[in-house]
Amino acid sequence: MPDDGNSKQGPPEKLPKPDPAGYFEGETMTRRGVFSAGAMALGGAAGAVVLLPTIGFALAPLFEEEGDTWQKVGPVENFSEDTYTAVVITAVPGIGEAGKTTAYVRRSRGDDQSEGEDGFVAISTRCAHLGCPVRYVQAAGNFICPCHGGVYDFDGKVIGGPPVRPLDRFQTRPSDDGQVEVGPRFSVTSQLDPVRTRDPGEFTGGVWDYVYPPRPSVPPAP
Amino acid sequence: MPNPLKRPSRPGERSANGAGANGSNGASRGAQGVEAAKEGGGGLVGWVDERSGATGFLTGMMFRKVPKGTNWFYTLGSATLFAFTAQAITGVFLAMYYTPSPTEAYESITHLTNDVWMGEFVRGMHKWGATVMICLIFLHMGRTFFFGAYKYPRELNWVIGVVLLILTLVMGLTGYLLPFDQRSYWATVVANNITATGPVVGPYLADFLRAGPEVGATTIQRFYAIHMLLVPGLIAALIGAHMYLVVKLGTTAPPWLKAERPKNARKKTEVG
Ligand code: HEM
Ligand code: FES
Repeated sequence: MPDDGNSKQGPPEKLPKPDPAGYFEGETMTRRGVFSAGAMALGGAAGAVVLLPTIGFALAPLFEEEGDTWQKVGPVENFSEDTYTAVVITAVPGIGEAGKTTAYVRRSRGDDQSEGEDGFVAISTRCAHLGCPVRYVQAAGNFICPCHGGVYDFDGKVIGGPPVRPLDRFQTRPSDDGQVEVGPRFSVTSQLDPVRTRDPGEFTGGVWDYVYPPRPSVPPAP
Repeated sequence: MPNPLKRPSRPGERSANGAGANGSNGASRGAQGVEAAKEGGGGLVGWVDERSGATGFLTGMMFRKVPKGTNWFYTLGSATLFAFTAQAITGVFLAMYYTPSPTEAYESITHLTNDVWMGEFVRGMHKWGATVMICLIFLHMGRTFFFGAYKYPRELNWVIGVVLLILTLVMGLTGYLLPFDQRSYWATVVANNITATGPVVGPYLADFLRAGPEVGATTIQRFYAIHMLLVPGLIAALIGAHMYLVVKLGTTAPPWLKAERPKNARKKTEVG
């Protein structure tokens, strides 16, 4: 049977035939469409009100800048040019023992342009491979990592094992009362040039600066 | 067994209540259900069934058909499920004594292990059970792979399985930090730094896990929340979806089983 639009199943003759089906002349949306869109928008808003703040809450630490980390580690006379003195510094405040870490400090020898005259060198014990704690071995004059056999020379340059760059350093400065102060961490290139802090395992320079972009939570190069 | 949970009759078998000769026939099973409802029997089960219709689903699931050749390898999935359940139960009880704080975690674990009655045993079950679950999930994955059970129409179940595998490994990683002894602390430092070496997003992901640039105060609480709330919830929900598909699609026959020709099929004619 040909459908003339006026068969008994169709709408009564007086009303115009919806075209496209479900719409009447001048309408751009059906009543049903308005209500479903409204209900979805309302549901979406309710979901967003709960989800967005909680996700932001969990992600907040990514955007936190490190506060002032300068701390005194002992009188200037404690440190010599020829060996390192271990000092305990607080890396993460507020969690007691677990937040403390060791740094190795010596007087700068001035023979290296990366070490300022009369300055101090503070080497981080965080292995540049995957972050285990390295130990300075006086007999060898090397830093040795217990985890995967990383070895660093007296300046913290890699001489063995898997680490990808020299040991990180901390900024140093003399305080007014004759003490040495240790400050924010920074990483160094294989030539010991200071660069912005990296996580362990990350190369420095070249394309690696883009592979590991700067982020708010790590301090910039000194 | 109360009436509604009886096994439906096999084809050609006389059903116990005489409702139908063929148990696999949907109509007669329905009639059986109505009969059971009319009788109002079965006590508590009948009461619940009348209000939920649950037994239709339960009998369908418990007495579903499995292919010929189904063997012990098919129990590896259920074994993994058992391991997960065991972890969930022991984990809840460990949580009653554990303190997720950098200064108290280690103390609370030593107290739990040495002083609490059966504490060492419950902790041991959770610790070894974690290893068992990882072994079982890989064996189950191997079973479905080598039996070709991942093929159409079961690809979605394979994909859900892969997500379950990753989540199970996340459970292992986040749980390892919780005792907060030297081993777990440094293992977590290393794991976080491996995460950080991923290109572009790696450092951000590591910052998220550590809650900052160093493993610290909030890291352990974050790991604890992920370990006991977030991931178990996701795993439980995904196991539900996994099981739904297993029941809905049925399991595969082992690959060495050829399809059987019906007895009354026409004889094969050799051509040529
Ligand atoms: C929490 C982890 C898991 C649980 C509790 C679980 C549970 C189960 C159970 C009980 C079955 C029924 C058949 C059998 O046991 O072999 C099954 C089937 C299946 N599972 Fe898993 N499973 C898990 C993880 C995985 C993983 C990691 C994969 C693969 C990546 C996977 C893929 C499959 C597939 C493809 C089937 C269908 C098998 C068939 O139809 O013969 N599952 N699962
Ligand atoms: S963490 Fe030091 S060598 Fe791997």
